[in-house]
Amino acid sequence: MLELQHVSFEVNEEGQDKEILHDINLTIPDGNLTVITGPNGGGKSTMAKIIAGIITPTSGKILFNGEDITEMSITDRARTGIGFAFQQPVRFKGLQVFDLIRLATGTKLSSVDACKYLSEVGLCARDYINREVNASLSGGELKRIEIATVLAKGSQLSVFDEPEAGIDLWSFSNLIKVFEGMRKNIKDSSILIISHQERILNIADEIVVLSDGKLVEHGRKEDVLPKLAGTMSAVKRCGKEEILEGGAESC
Amino acid sequence: MLNLDATSDRLLEEVADLHKVPVGAFNIRANGKAVARNSTANIDITPKENGSGIDIRIKPGTKNESVHIPVVMTASGIKEIVYNDFYIGEDCDVVIVAGCGIDNCGPKDSEHDGIHRFFVGKGARVKYVEKHYGSGDGSGKRILNPGTEVYMEEDSYMEMEMTQIKGVDDTVRDTKAELGKGARLVVHERLMTHGSQNAVSNYRVDLNGENCSADVVSRSVAKDDSYQKFDAVLTGNAACSGHTECDAIIMDNGRILAVPGLEANNVDAALVHEAAIGKIAGEQLIKLMTLGLTEAEAEEQIINGFLK
Repeated sequence: MLELQHVSFEVNEEGQDKEILHDINLTIPDGNLTVITGPNGGGKSTMAKIIAGIITPTSGKILFNGEDITEMSITDRARTGIGFAFQQPVRFKGLQVFDLIRLATGTKLSSVDACKYLSEVGLCARDYINREVNASLSGGELKRIEIATVLAKGSQLSVFDEPEAGIDLWSFSNLIKVFEGMRKNIKDSSILIISHQERILNIADEIVVLSDGKLVEHGRKEDVLPKLAGTMSAVKRCGKEEILEGGAESC
Repeated sequence: MLNLDATSDRLLEEVADLHKVPVGAFNIRANGKAVARNSTANIDITPKENGSGIDIRIKPGTKNESVHIPVVMTASGIKEIVYNDFYIGEDCDVVIVAGCGIDNCGPKDSEHDGIHRFFVGKGARVKYVEKHYGSGDGSGKRILNPGTEVYMEEDSYMEMEMTQIKGVDDTVRDTKAELGKGARLVVHERLMTHGSQNAVSNYRVDLNGENCSADVVSRSVAKDDSYQKFDAVLTGNAACSGHTECDAIIMDNGRILAVPGLEANNVDAALVHEAAIGKIAGEQLIKLMTLGLTEAEAEEQIINGFLK
């Protein structure tokens, strides 16, 4: 279980203090898929980075399974059980897809086992396993590999920062299936997704709305989603299935 | 077996992946003397009359054969220059494995300057693998100054993998190539310097024949107080294409100078140079740390991958 207690984050821009997050209090329970949504610039990605330890909050506390991890390093948080998928995946010259997946599992993985994670994100494993994680891969491919590394790591809390960003329509449908699969096997772990896509909000157990750095809504999907329909917090994505179901005008 | 000491065995393993006497043609040189040599039906290795090196003659049409010519030095204070000439016949397809390992535990400098000349016949394909390695904690330096000249005839292909990862204090590598019609040269250089090492790599590639091409790619890492210079000049004298690339990571107080040089003497010459030098990107470290690696472990993985 993750708890944020009175978490605030400020930056100094051109000599002026700017508050990105204001007094956030939030509990992410185990066994739940939680989606954080809200308008652009509302502080969603900052919050994800604070949870992963990439950014340290200006004030407030972060507890993971009751332990104060506010000052804990990125490495120690990862080892304690927090996984993080970047919104913009990092490119590496020389490191291969297999290397990243092997490092994610922390074991001497066989390439057959590594391929399973790639297949889960819809990549034909044998075409990718020995590819370098560099600019020769498209944005969508990198994104799927990024998600595969988080699947391979298998954390108690997996945080995905806008997993749909940069992904093509076909992959988006598959992405939903990946998260549905994760949700099914969630047991004592939990999933936190930053997204404004309605289809991702639809598979959530709980929805959190962040706006202007403040937590403005938090509740069960059934209660929160109807209020968000048609706003920038719940955007429809025109995929093949939507078009087949309702015609392009329904998107 | 070769009856070499344990250090020489270790060096042979480092520079040529040799655990035992190699299959095929070979010439193994240790502490200034040839200790083992084998010619085959198609590959003839003979010492030069003046004793300055060896000639390797590969019969036309020789396919899927290899030549190993590793050099190891374990005695402190040896300085040698060796001239090895390779005559590769038409339509050959061969692998040549060279490499030099120096272990210097003494106070005097040890130096091996291997000068290799390759005469690559029409339509021949050559893969050349060269690894340099140094070890030992003596105050004497480990110095390697390889000189390589490549003369490529029509439609020949040569791929050169040159690696120097550890322990060599001082290196000046001079590589020259002349390409005939339709010839293609591919060079992959991997270099890591540390401590107060110096490494200079000079390439002069003349693209003389119609439709010939060259691709010279260097990936390097300069750690501690080390210094590297990469100076690659491509000269296009015909309708040809050439590409050089220097991709480098600097750490600590490491310094790198990349000197691009392109000279087009023909309107149909297409030449490109790329160079990028910088430290490891912070986001790369962060990504691997989110997978549970420490910063030092992340750095090691990134460097290993980069130089793979």
